[in-house]
Amino acid sequence: MRNYIDEFRDSEVISKIVQSLQGYSGPRLKIMEVCGTHTMAISRYGLRSLLPPQIELISGPGCPVCVTSTSYIDSATELADNKNVIITTFGDMMRIPGNNSTLIHKKAQGSNVQMVYSPLNAVELARENPDKEVVFLSVGFETTTPVIALSVSKAKSEGIKNYSVLTANKTMPEAIKTLAGDKELLIDGFLYPGHVSAIIGTDFFNYVAYNMQKPGVVAGFEPLDILYSIKVLIDNITNGKIILENMYSRIVSKEGNVKAQQKMYEVFEPVDSVWRGMGMIPKSGLGLVKNYEMFDTAKKFDIKQKDTPEPKGCLCGEVLKGKKRPLDCKLFKKRCTPENPVGSCMVSSEGTCAAYYKYGG
Amino acid sequence: MCLGLPAKVVSIDGNSGNVEMMGVTNKVSIELLDDVQVGDYVLVHAGCAIQVLDEEEALRTIDIFNEIKELGIK
Repeated sequence: MRNYIDEFRDSEVISKIVQSLQGYSGPRLKIMEVCGTHTMAISRYGLRSLLPPQIELISGPGCPVCVTSTSYIDSATELADNKNVIITTFGDMMRIPGNNSTLIHKKAQGSNVQMVYSPLNAVELARENPDKEVVFLSVGFETTTPVIALSVSKAKSEGIKNYSVLTANKTMPEAIKTLAGDKELLIDGFLYPGHVSAIIGTDFFNYVAYNMQKPGVVAGFEPLDILYSIKVLIDNITNGKIILENMYSRIVSKEGNVKAQQKMYEVFEPVDSVWRGMGMIPKSGLGLVKNYEMFDTAKKFDIKQKDTPEPKGCLCGEVLKGKKRPLDCKLFKKRCTPENPVGSCMVSSEGTCAAYYKYGG
Repeated sequence: MCLGLPAKVVSIDGNSGNVEMMGVTNKVSIELLDDVQVGDYVLVHAGCAIQVLDEEEALRTIDIFNEIKELGIK
C-alpha cells in the first residue's frame, strides 16, 4: 500500500484539469458543496479562483456545528451551571454563542466543560467519575452519529448509568431534498459529502439525480478529488447526463457501511429537527429510541428547548442555504470575526464565514 | 467535523486496533467494521475506524489521473 497523498496533489494533473475547466463556455452553473470539509478545502486551496466566472460554487449546510440551533447552545450552557455535571464536547462547539453565554465562557467561570476527541472517551470519563453525570453534546451527521451510538450502547452494556447525550444529530437526505427542491436557489448540481456517503452509501444521491433531476458527484477531499469531481459534474450537465457519479469509490460504496447504519438505528430513530437557517425539517434529525432513553440528557434533566431568535443582523441562516455569501453580511469581518463570532458559521473552521475569513472567497 | 483521516492498522486486539497516523500510533475502535486486517488502511473519525480504504479503487482513480497527465484532457 502506498501513501496516496502525492498522487492526489499532482500539480501537473491539476493544471491540466484547471485548463480544461477554464475552457468552459456554457451557461452559468450553480454547484453546491454540501460538506463543511469541502468548503474548507475549496477555500484553503483557492479552488474557487481557478474556475471560470460562469461556474459558481456555493456552500450548503454541511457543517454540523453551524446548523445547530441557538436554543441547543442555551440548553448546554444552562446545564454547565450544574455542579454535578461534566459537559463533554467536540472542540468546535465550545465557542458557539448562545443567547447568554458560550461553553468556553462557562469553563472560564469554573464549570466542568471538557473537550474530547471521541464520544468513547466521554464514556471512559463517566466510568472514572461515578459521582458526576457526564453529558456528551451529541451533534453530527451520519459520519459521526454511528460513533455516538456506539458510545451509548457501550455505556448500556457496561452498566454505566451516569452517561447521557444531549441530542441534536442531523441526517443529510431530508435537507438535501429541501435544497434540491428550492425554487429560489435553483442548484444545477451537487458535490456530495464523501464521509457521510461512506456511511449511507450512494443510493439516496442516485434518487436525487433521477427523481429530482439534480445531477451530483460524491467527492473526496484532496484538491484533485474536488477539481476532477467538478469537471465530471460539469461535463455531465453539458452532455445532458443527469446522473450520480461516485468519484470517491476508494472509500464510498453503493451500500455504505451497513454495520454503522445498523448501530445508528439500534440507538437512534428519525425525529423532526430544527436547522439553523433552514428551520424545522421533518424527520431530518435523530433522537434516542425507547430502549436507550435512559441515556437521554433532555429526559434526565427535563430540558425543553425553547425557540430562540438568531442574533440580530447575522446572515448565517441565508449563508447556510447558499442564498447569501459571507461578503453580503454587514457584520462579516467587522463585528463578526473568528475571535468574536456572532454567528455559528464564523466559529467552526468548517463554517463558510470562517473559511472566507481565513482564506478569502 | 466530519473529517476522516486515513491510518494504517498495525495491530488488532478484540474490538480495538492500534493505527499509525502521520507517524503517531493511536488506539481506535474497530467495532463499526467487519474483517479489518493488520496492514489495512482505514478512515478514522472521532476515535473510530469507519471504513476500509479499497486499494484497487484507489489505484483505479490514480490511473485516471495518470491518463490525464499522459494524454491531456479535452
